[in-house]
Parts: sequence; structure tokens; C-alpha cells
Amino acid sequence: MTAKVASMRDAVAELVRDGDTVAIEGFTHLISFAAGHEIIRQGRRDLTLARLTPDLIYDQMVAAGVARKLIFSWLGNPGVGGLNAIRRRVEADAVAASGQPALELEEYSHFGMVGRYTAGAANLPFFPLRSYFETDLPKANPLIRPIESPYGDGLVYAVPPLKPDVTIVHAQRADQSGNTQVWGLLGCQKEAAFAAERVIVVVEELVTEDVVRADPNRTIIPGLIVDAVVVEPYGAHPSYVQGAYDRDNRFYLDWDPISRDEDATRAWLRDWVFDLDGRAAYVEKLGPDRVASLRPGPAPSGVVDYGEYR
Amino acid sequence: MASAPFSKSEMMIVAAARELAGQHVCFVGVGLPNIAVNLAQRTVAPDLELVYEAGAFGARPARLPLSIGDPTIVTGATAVTSMFELFAFYLQGGLVDVGFLGAAQIDRFGNINTTVIGDYASPTTRLPGSGGACEIAINARNVFVIMRQSKRSFVERIDFRTSPGNVGGAENAARIRKEQGWLGRGPSVVVTDLGIYHFGDDGQMRLDSLHPGATIEQVRETIGWDVAVSSSLAATAAPTDRELQLIRVELDPGGAYTK
Repeated sequence: MTAKVASMRDAVAELVRDGDTVAIEGFTHLISFAAGHEIIRQGRRDLTLARLTPDLIYDQMVAAGVARKLIFSWLGNPGVGGLNAIRRRVEADAVAASGQPALELEEYSHFGMVGRYTAGAANLPFFPLRSYFETDLPKANPLIRPIESPYGDGLVYAVPPLKPDVTIVHAQRADQSGNTQVWGLLGCQKEAAFAAERVIVVVEELVTEDVVRADPNRTIIPGLIVDAVVVEPYGAHPSYVQGAYDRDNRFYLDWDPISRDEDATRAWLRDWVFDLDGRAAYVEKLGPDRVASLRPGPAPSGVVDYGEYR
Repeated sequence: MASAPFSKSEMMIVAAARELAGQHVCFVGVGLPNIAVNLAQRTVAPDLELVYEAGAFGARPARLPLSIGDPTIVTGATAVTSMFELFAFYLQGGLVDVGFLGAAQIDRFGNINTTVIGDYASPTTRLPGSGGACEIAINARNVFVIMRQSKRSFVERIDFRTSPGNVGGAENAARIRKEQGWLGRGPSVVVTDLGIYHFGDDGQMRLDSLHPGATIEQVRETIGWDVAVSSSLAATAAPTDRELQLIRVELDPGGAYTK
């Protein structure tokens, strides 16, 4: 087996290509900002970006010009407001003033997006769900289609499989083969990873195989489907990693005025993405006090006994 | 005896929390619903199980998070689930008694828009979209709406139907729900900064209780249709000292939701 442990620069250079459909998944928890920033630095173009909640990372990537299209289900900065760089590429007045083409949108509900990854992962032609009845969503997105149950018991809606070219997930830990363990909110990283052609796993900590094997219930992604393992501590900031660091809500609040102003957005991308050579430099720029302020107190789980069977 | 001064937002949160008395499993949304549900768990509904769409069941948040996917909903929860399990087994499986929704626009039948203002393809304002709201409106047994009143938000015709309420009337909605196997009974209450609305036999919103300090004139000025008013209109009881203390000291000490 070839070595999978790679630098972020090499992993993105090798596995993320212009025109790809990219899913950087993680629902509030474990969002790989480090990978998003490296994609910006390497100047990828015409990406289709898929995520349930585009969050600040896709706002930053859209502002940097890497994306052509978004596939999503909730477009906002939770508890704060809108995603302003994305809105500038969608709302009529701003699009007209910019002279740029509008960002293409393909939208679902959360369950619809989860169902799309599930169908993609399970090699199914569609996923059926009890949603969308009597709404305008199927009109806005004709890929959401009604189907009759083949067993004659009514109508459901179907969504098509989503198979990203690349899925990128952040996790607490993995071994060098890419066996990946997560605790805390699980989102739909497992489904998005199994659905993808290529998978990059970014971790806080690289562990030995025996650490993984001592607790197999915690493995959500097997090395079998992983192409690269990138070790990038604090790579999810300003989102969070359960047990390691808190969500940096101050940054989520600060991004609102920055992103409302195009010049301020450009300056932020210069200072925090283009002028830095990677996540270590970002963490250094963030400073030890800010980093320390995000460290939670301890709340360890109990230890379970898997038993030895010979 | 005059009670302590309180804001309109505090009254709205307290009124929404009280509506949760007797409920068991509640699907919690971001913002105002989050504080209302956490207040209910500390007052009228101590056995309330909080379900967060991010994938937590039986959450016991120790702080009021800015985001719905905060780590505090995990630590001490009964279960962490994938989003697939949460939406497929808990919500679509019929285990959720109350779903809480906010709205940018709502009509008289409780149909909700959280997607766009203006034309979909070329909107004047792009809103967040459905998130889980569409399937919550269809599959939660009851839907609670919490939002501030204004002529821009309580409208005769919503620009986009993100989440269905009583569609075009109670009879029509009942037929559709039965035919299509919806688990939800539709919207049951709308709590605003001015009053509490339930839905009449015709499926339309009806003002049942007016908050202290609010007037019928204010209600009419901030609703884009001729709203029905109950013949036995009640006066909402002012927040108690304990409710206010819980909000101000424990749940929202920074005043993020209650200013």
C-alpha cells in the first residue's frame, strides 16, 4: 500500500481538480477550513461545492472565486445572519451590479441532502423521502421528483444520488491507513465519504493502528476508501472539534461585517489565506491566547470492555 | 401588584415555552426556539426531550449556543445520532411531538417561506432555505412557530412556500395529509411579540391571547390580512420573576435573543 499521509498542499494538488464536485462535510462540527483555504491558495476554478450548510468556508471560497455552483440545504451563518459573499452572487441587484454570472444554486432540504449522499454511497438510483409535499421546492429544483410507491401505498418524493468527485472530512484521529474515528456530532460525513470517488481525511492527531483497533465502534470511515490522510491540528477552526477545541463564535460574528464589504473580504483572504503558507501559520497568527481560550474542560467517557475472545 | 419590567422578546419566549407544557419530544431550531425550549425544560416541561437536527437526542445543553450544532448539545446527551438516523428514524419515524419553526414570511394558513423574497431565480433577498424545516412541517405531530410580527412577514401571499401549513384551508389540508400519509397535524400555534394565535376550524390563524401592553390596533397594523380575533380573547399572563430570572441569568445572560 502506498503511503497515504500527505501534506495538505500535496493532497489538494493531487486530489482536487478544476471543475470537480467537492464536498467539505461536517455539520457545524469538524469543518475542514484548512482544506478550503488550501483550495483557495491553489486557485482551483469552476468547482461545484456541496454541503448541507455552506457555512463560512463556502462563503470564503465563493468570495475567492473558486466556485461555479452550490448544492446545499441551508444557506446561512447560524445565529448571525446571511452568507454575504454568496448573497452577492445570487441576489438580483448585486449580480446586475457585478457584471458577473450568478452563482448556480441547486437546493434541497437537510433530509434531501442526507438522502442524496446515502443513495450515492449505497449505489442506488434515488432516495425516497416523505418531504416536499405542497411546497415550491420541486418547482425550484426539478431534480426533486414525485414517485408512486411500487407497492401501491402512495406518493413519496425522490432525490438523485450525489457522488462527489472529492469528499473532505475533518476528524479527531486516524491511523496512517486512513481508518478514521470521530466522536461528537456525526453529521453525514460517513455517507459523503462513501459516496465520493476520492476521500481526504484531515485529523487533529495521527494514531497507531492499535488505538483504532482498541475501539472499533468509533471508526466512521475505513482506510479502504481514503486516499490521503493530512495531519492538521486546529484545521477545523473556527468550527470545532468535540473535546479538543470550542467553536470560535467570535469569528462567526466578526465575519458578518467583513463579508458585507467586498474590500474587507479581499483583505481578509489576503491576510488569512494567501499570505500564509498553511494551517500552522494560521494557528500562529491566531495566537496562543485565542487558541487557549477555546480549550474545553474535560468530560471523558467511561471505558467499555470489548472482551477478549480466543 | 406590578411585575418586573420585561421586553417584548422576553414575553414571546415565555409564551412559547408555556405552550410546551405536556409535550414530550421537541425538535429544536436555531435562535428563539432554542431559548424557548430550554426555558420550558426548566419550567413547565421538565421531562421534555430535546432533539437537535445536528444529531443529538435528549440533549441537556449547559449553555445557550449561538449555533444549533454546538458541542454543548453533545456532552451529557442521551444519544448522538447520524443526521440520517435523526431525520429518518426519529422525525420521519414519527417520534417527534413538536417541531419549532421560524419564518421570514407566513400566511393566514401557516404556510411558511424561508427561501427567497422576490422571484426565486432572481431574488431581491436570498434567505437560508429549508434546512430541516420542510420535513419538520410535514412529519412533526405539531408545529410551533415563533416570530415577530410585521406587515413584511405576516403577508397575504408568501413569495415561496418552503414549509407547508394548512395549505389552502383546513379541509384541503386534512385531505392532503391523509392521502399523502403526513404524520403531522400541521401548525398548532404561532407565538409573536404581540400575542398567541391558534388555528380555527377553517385552518386560519386566530388571535387567542394578547400580550400585556399589546393592542388589537397594533396586531392589525402588523398583519397583512384581516385576522380573526377570538370572541373570548385572553390576556397573556406577564412573565413571572422566575421565568425572567432563568432567561436573564441562566439562558441568555448576554441578551443576544432578548434585547
